[in-house]
Amino acid sequence: MRLSTKLFVVLALAVSVGLATAVSPYASSHPDGLEKVAEDKAFLEAGKLHSIQDDAPIPDYAFPGIDNPRVATGVAGFVGVLFVFALGYGLALALRRRGRAGASASAA
Amino acid sequence: MLSSLPIALHIPDGFLSGPVATLLWLLAILAVANGLRIANATLDESRVPLLGVLAAFIFAVQMLNFPVAGGTSGHLLGATLAAVLIGPWIACLIMAVVLMVQCFAFADGGVSALGANIVNMGVLGALLAGYLIKVLMPMLPKTRAAFLGAVGVASWVAVMVAAGATSVQLATSGTVPLDTVLPAMLGVHALIGIGEAVITVAAVSAVLASRPDLIALGTFDAPPVRADAAPAGSPS
Repeated sequence: MRLSTKLFVVLALAVSVGLATAVSPYASSHPDGLEKVAEDKAFLEAGKLHSIQDDAPIPDYAFPGIDNPRVATGVAGFVGVLFVFALGYGLALALRRRGRAGASASAA
Repeated sequence: MLSSLPIALHIPDGFLSGPVATLLWLLAILAVANGLRIANATLDESRVPLLGVLAAFIFAVQMLNFPVAGGTSGHLLGATLAAVLIGPWIACLIMAVVLMVQCFAFADGGVSALGANIVNMGVLGALLAGYLIKVLMPMLPKTRAAFLGAVGVASWVAVMVAAGATSVQLATSGTVPLDTVLPAMLGVHALIGIGEAVITVAAVSAVLASRPDLIALGTFDAPPVRADAAPAGSPS
């Protein structure tokens, strides 16, 4: 089944939004590989946040002001995935090889 | 309170010494700059939405920690997936976008350690996986299964190299001895790498079934889409 680019992008974005919003609240909350090793080998305490991260809008993937932790994670995922999409799209749009200015592509 | 620090696979500040963090920032900047240059020269207009959605997908799946043995979890890195779909150098760029958002918007991964995280989880994986698949493909039968097998192996290797590189950086920083951290990191990431391989193969299979032409690295029966997948590393 061959999809148009538009349909492919819409479907893939829908899957991404669904995973980040509805599935992420049920992800494993165990420490991940590095965190577990840091804990076991006693260097976890060395880790700290940078002061500019105190102002991070969505610290620790929990949208602020939402009491239910699963909902807070889901909303954080929803906002984050759309923000990353917009940023990636915008960057690609700014960088793309212009059809008309094809001559500049000879740099590659 | 320290145990509740929001650390993912991402290195927080404080784990790496100043010189190590700075060197990795320099490497990250070089790789991202080359990614920008190559995107600028080769990125086709029709592939623009694909980059956005790939970044979104990697961000989403990085949130999905899956359990592995012994009360530990892991999550996708996504560098191999990105390298297969958009070529290794533009993959560095997309991984940097995801990791920067995680760092500054979600306080996930350190600021001085951001260069290290971009190198370990993005650049090393993307370049190595891209290279490995290109080297493996001519030796393998021209079948879908062989291609997906190569993608799976590359995914696993990319995770192991990320874990090994992180261990070396931690040891060089004087945070933990190498003979302590390396076996522990490789042991747990050997399992996480299997998860990486399963998810990457599933995602590449879905693209193969719907839009095989979007696979920039080239597949078992089609050449690369764009120059990025081939001699991209050579200076212009």
